[in-house]
Amino acid sequence: MRLTLRVWRQRNAEEPGAMVTYDVDGISEDMSFLEMLDTLNEKLILSGDEPVAFDHDCREGICGACGVVINGDAHGPERTTTCQLHMRHFEDGDTVDVEPWRAGAFPVVKDLVVDRSAFDRIIGAGGYISVPTGAAPEAHATPVPKADADFAFEHAECIGCGACVAACPNGSAMLFTSAKVNHLNVLPQGAPERETRVLDMVSAMDEEGFGGCTLAGECATACPKGIPLPSIAAMNKEWLRATRKASRR
Amino acid sequence: MSEYTQYAGYTAYTTGAPVADTKAPSGPVAERWDTRRFEARLVNPANRRKHTVIVVGTGLAGGAAGATLAEQGYHVVQFCYQDSPRRAHSIAAQGGINAAKNYRNDGDSIHRLFYDTVKGGDFRARESNVHRLAQISVEIIDQCVAQGVPFAREYGGLLDTRSFGGVQVSRTFYARGQTGQQLLLGAYQALSRQIAAGRVDMHARTEMLDLIVVDGRARGIVARDLITGRVDTYFADAVVLASGGYGNVFYLSTNAKNSNATAVWRAHRRGAYFANPCFTQIHPTCIPRSGDHQSKLTLMSESLRNDGRIWVPRAQGDTRPPADIPEDERDYYLERAYPSFGNLVPRDIASRGAKNVCDEGRGVGPGGQGVYLDFADAIRRLGRGAVEEKYGNLFEMYERITAENPYEVPMRIYPAIHYTMGGLWVDYDLQTTVPGLFAIGEANFSDHGANRLGASALMQGLADGYFVLPSTINDYLARNPHHDDIDASHPEAVRAVAETNDRLERLLAVDGDRTPDSFHKEIGELLWEYCGMARTEEGLRKALGRIPEIREEFWRRIKVPGTGEELNQSLEKANRVVDYLELAELLCLDALHRTESCGGHFREESQTEGGEAARKDEEFSYAAAWEFAGTGRAPVLHKEALEFAYVHPTQRSYA
Repeated sequence: MRLTLRVWRQRNAEEPGAMVTYDVDGISEDMSFLEMLDTLNEKLILSGDEPVAFDHDCREGICGACGVVINGDAHGPERTTTCQLHMRHFEDGDTVDVEPWRAGAFPVVKDLVVDRSAFDRIIGAGGYISVPTGAAPEAHATPVPKADADFAFEHAECIGCGACVAACPNGSAMLFTSAKVNHLNVLPQGAPERETRVLDMVSAMDEEGFGGCTLAGECATACPKGIPLPSIAAMNKEWLRATRKASRR
Repeated sequence: MSEYTQYAGYTAYTTGAPVADTKAPSGPVAERWDTRRFEARLVNPANRRKHTVIVVGTGLAGGAAGATLAEQGYHVVQFCYQDSPRRAHSIAAQGGINAAKNYRNDGDSIHRLFYDTVKGGDFRARESNVHRLAQISVEIIDQCVAQGVPFAREYGGLLDTRSFGGVQVSRTFYARGQTGQQLLLGAYQALSRQIAAGRVDMHARTEMLDLIVVDGRARGIVARDLITGRVDTYFADAVVLASGGYGNVFYLSTNAKNSNATAVWRAHRRGAYFANPCFTQIHPTCIPRSGDHQSKLTLMSESLRNDGRIWVPRAQGDTRPPADIPEDERDYYLERAYPSFGNLVPRDIASRGAKNVCDEGRGVGPGGQGVYLDFADAIRRLGRGAVEEKYGNLFEMYERITAENPYEVPMRIYPAIHYTMGGLWVDYDLQTTVPGLFAIGEANFSDHGANRLGASALMQGLADGYFVLPSTINDYLARNPHHDDIDASHPEAVRAVAETNDRLERLLAVDGDRTPDSFHKEIGELLWEYCGMARTEEGLRKALGRIPEIREEFWRRIKVPGTGEELNQSLEKANRVVDYLELAELLCLDALHRTESCGGHFREESQTEGGEAARKDEEFSYAAAWEFAGTGRAPVLHKEALEFAYVHPTQRSYA
């Protein structure tokens, strides 16, 4: 099939960018969206142009590196990562807009590449259980009810791609933050740091310049891993609990 | 510089002095790790912060090592090419992690895990290392559970396990089909805690391009900031490479697109021996390629072989849809040939089985390059819900890629390059032949011999990173007191930076008419054809003749647009291909010199009557450690003899 692509080109963080139109021919429906971009890039290199820069790595939907806005949707029309989106979901002759994540806290680095290091700093603020290597008790010392283990797993699936932030009209990172808070706070191993974790991670999130949550729900719709919207409510509950507890001290 | 355009290649080599693992203690195998830890010198806790350790890579091995060294009080400077340490390719490991917990009471023990791993590796790994790995396996599960890794659990709240290929016990712990992701996030979170505490300086989007060796010791690296293009030097008292394997030399593999061999290859060029490069693992259950546009291959976890049955039609060229092929016209070839292990034979055997039936013209799908992995029986027996619970995300992934529903139609699978058992030669302390340079995880060659068993890569990466290296590196640091004696003006640093810049400038200057990917594909296809699942002397000689020609053409025709002073993904790729073009040559030479078959290395000239790999223990019971002698020059072979006192080498039998 043949497509008309309109791709955001931006040389670096300082210079302004613009949408540039390219015609791409010879697209197979079995190609992934990124393989379609590879095809465009091979052509651009040979014609002496610079290829379109985009982040990608595992191409199996698990590393969270890739992610672009396709026709206005983070990761495009299917509920998956950009690397797992296949061209069979497009029609011959379509015009497709390809843009980077748009969010104040994710500055553009080049073309479709953005800086998501704010996510790492949110995790560093408390998204862990403090257990130095060697200090762990026997694994079966603390059974975890299956329902809690499943709840933890469901939230631990987050791949940190940033689609939630890109989809949110406020550029909020509430879904990302709540996924980690809920994963660790439900487990008995995470209980000792339950309050400091949620308070510190939410503070870090605010300091990074992410917007507030108005429950638009776009984040959960865009999430390729299906982190559910009620996660945010669960985090708010944790935050309230921790705040009350802190004020009683 | 002449080495860029040198046409020379090699098919011969010289043999140097044997190499010995001088750090491995003697005595009963079960006591050696305790002995080594006791004999190793320690660094006073108050002195540790004066020592800087560079760690390259943030996967299971690197992430675990960086976090643990920082917890111990060392100053860690860590690097990854990805935008975040959370994205290292360990994240894509699906199936699970082995540990000799014996929670199932099914006869498992540390000794059995040790035995299975030595046997599974076709008797080409060291007993000392493998036993240590089995011992540490139980601590890893404890550590990960304490970190909050959400392993699968039973209704009683205890951990669930499953079986993997090559073993008859259920010792594999898992988190649905995303075990690697969950283990990596555990290590990443521990690392993030140390980054936030200021004990780890994390350099993301920064790629190591060379090693700095001063007075025979590893003292730093040259790395390029991938955003600004700036090439800089970083110094330390020791350097740890945790940069993964070299499977991407084949272009199509299950590795991440940017996984590369540059860190290990540059270290090899600076004096670190490279061991057993021909021991590459071909995973039997990957989604077959769909066309020339294919950029990578996707694995379907080996755990699927627990419940999926592998078959092809009995008759050649049978193109009926699978549902129309009656039971008695199907060949469940693994169950037929290996009744006791059935579909759970080791990976090398399952892969060759698939190749053989496809070569006979009984393969299925486009081009006949595939076999069925059928869940109909499991769905009938367990119910669709139970199958979904175990493998839901894998089935979803399969359907997304192929547009076929595996609950209704059998999966089609075909082998693909997945893992590399070879890597930098290391001693028992995981130290390379360059003092102060350590290699951990897939980057080293140590524990899997000629074939790795499923769910053992995660075990080894975490064992090296959490437990082995943080103990053994103390000994080196204690014996080599800290000196603040070098900076960027040191002649060796200046030389390494100049060579790196020269290479990058040269890549930009050629301005030819072929893309980096086109060369990468060419070398990859050559390797897959002549140094893939089956290898022959004739084919390997052909490949060794062709590689120097491709290298020469590369430096004449490569085209890299843009400049070096910015984010330039073409330049990154081209620079990695430079190293693949040399590594490929060593890989083929190693495969040519090892005229036996063992594990993942199958020489057609050396097989049993039944078509199984035939080892030649008298000739080849050694690890081949190669010393670099210059681009296109014959390397020097150093043999490390392997001794088996506990697991007697036999013809592996899974029948």
